[in-house]
Amino acid sequence: MFYILCPYCKEHREEEEFHPRGQAHLMRPEDPDNTTDEEWGDYLFFRDNPRGIHHEMWVHSVGCRKFFNITRNTVTYEILETYPMGEQPTITADDPSVRHEQGAQVADGGWQTVGARPENTALNEETSS
Amino acid sequence: MQRYSGFGLVKHAFGHHENWERQWRNPEPKKQYDVIIVGGGGHGLATAYYLAKEFGVRNVAVIEKGWLGGGNTARNTTIVRSNYLWDEAGRLYNHSLDLWKGLSQDLNYNVMFSQRGVLNLGHTLQDMRDIQRRVNANRLNGIDSEVVTPQQVKEIEPEIDISNRARYPIMGASWQKSAGVARHDAVAWGFARGADSHGVDLLQNTEVTGFKIRDGKVLGVHTNRGDIEAHTVGCVAAGNSGVLAKMAGIKLPLESHPLQALVSEPLKPILNTVTMSNHVHGYVSQSDKGDLVIGAGIDGYLGYGQRGSYPTIEHTLQAIVEMFPMFSRVRMNRQWGGIVDTCPDACPILSKTDVKGLYFNCGWGTGGFKATPGSGHVFAASLAKGEMHPIAAPFSIDRFHTGALIDEHGAAGVAH
Ligand SMILES: Cc1cc2nc3c(=O)[nH]c(=O)nc-3n(C[C@H](O)[C@H](O)[C@H](O)COP(=O)(O)OP(=O)(O)OC[C@H]3O[C@@H](n4cnc5c(N)ncnc54)[C@H](O)[C@@H]3O)c2cc1C
Ligand SMILES: [Zn+2]
Repeated sequence: MFYILCPYCKEHREEEEFHPRGQAHLMRPEDPDNTTDEEWGDYLFFRDNPRGIHHEMWVHSVGCRKFFNITRNTVTYEILETYPMGEQPTITADDPSVRHEQGAQVADGGWQTVGARPENTALNEETSS
Repeated sequence: MQRYSGFGLVKHAFGHHENWERQWRNPEPKKQYDVIIVGGGGHGLATAYYLAKEFGVRNVAVIEKGWLGGGNTARNTTIVRSNYLWDEAGRLYNHSLDLWKGLSQDLNYNVMFSQRGVLNLGHTLQDMRDIQRRVNANRLNGIDSEVVTPQQVKEIEPEIDISNRARYPIMGASWQKSAGVARHDAVAWGFARGADSHGVDLLQNTEVTGFKIRDGKVLGVHTNRGDIEAHTVGCVAAGNSGVLAKMAGIKLPLESHPLQALVSEPLKPILNTVTMSNHVHGYVSQSDKGDLVIGAGIDGYLGYGQRGSYPTIEHTLQAIVEMFPMFSRVRMNRQWGGIVDTCPDACPILSKTDVKGLYFNCGWGTGGFKATPGSGHVFAASLAKGEMHPIAAPFSIDRFHTGALIDEHGAAGVAH
């Protein structure tokens, strides 16, 4: 159960008052008439889906009914910050303080095994392009 | 491979069942394979099995970061059916259903496939229109499916509440008699044992941490046990597919969500079939051990934690009590979650990628257990030939740019 701080109501409320609405900061193509199928498809269907830090939009559906954003760890489920629409996150996946904890898991307690480390570029050195 | 039979069971009884052969080897990774399958769930193991058995590709490794079948394969509620709306999906799931029918014999392993039928309930006029449309589409595709009345529902499942006292009275249902359930662990183990007997190396506790890619071609994988080479790599990693794709520099239109399920204390036989309802949002069947097996929809947020939130469980149980008021005092024994890879059109992705030799089989989301043999079969055919099998071809990643989606939200939203 999440306990979420609504940045408008300024109160922690239970998850059931809210509704998740997917990835935050998605930009609708500015000139739809001159957008390729590739760009439209990317905008409509392709999402980040990271294992670790994720910025996502939520709505306080049975509270103030306003939309806002959450920075959350999708592995530990820890909520790192909430912020109103129009603002940028202060914590991102590039942040050295959060980096090491990404994918950190233990083998028992319902988790699978140690998480993959997609951010580890050394492993993908041979990847051209 | 030691074949199983009634006679063998009697013979081993004399040795107090202490001399059974191990079901598969635990080999050291070789330097090089013809094909690597990433992900030792049901789909990955089935792919390896059919590659070796039907398509003559035996130098194959299945790389699994945990234990075999420990992902969604061991966490699902085992519903097997094929009553999907569109021709492409109908063909894929019905191909699988055909394989299910002979699977225990083929694998010499009892997967306990039980064709006890599936009811999809309708509670509104629109539900009933959708059900009629889907049943008609199914029949045109040769999939067994019929519309039944509330009285017929009650004959099939006597404990269900079809009265008008319900908040959403039952107005009818679709009924697929040939659908049912199977034992998930046995499916993973049966395919694993079969694949191993044909020479496939099953590498457990081995995690793929990156890909070797040069000039747009895949050359192998990096793992925590060293590099392994192969010019054909098939990723079958369910909820973690997006993480793997990112390592290869590919984007997939997937979102990984928690999907929960729970089982009750064991009860005497009370349910005959599988009952699901999109509208009140839940489904239930009874396992051979006697526990009620219960599930519903995903938790709405992204999650890789293999657990979800309590409100989802509460809503699920409300739905079960709505359909079967007599279950209101049944106690629940266990609850868990899996990471499901949901796709925007509720259909899987079986596809080549921009990296030559690198294939993905994913996006099965909440409903891929039923497809395990069919998916493995057509994916193996595709990897062996280097061309997507005709049944798999419509499920290419391209469809999210061409717009040729296969929208199965009606058949696959709550129903798995
Ligand atoms: C609660 C629940 C209920 C469900 N109910 C039904 C149902 O009733 N009917 C139905 O048809 N479907 C159902 N499903 C869906 C079904 O379980 C899945 O679609 C299906 O099992 C997927 O099989 P798989 O082999 O692709 O994935 P999995 O069994 O998840 O296997 C993927 C494997 O890949 C491994 N892996 C991941 N990353 C790596 C890596 N980097 N290196 C090595 N290995 C890796 C994982 O450890 C895992 O074992 C349900 C799912 C859940 C969670
Ligand atoms: Zn609010």
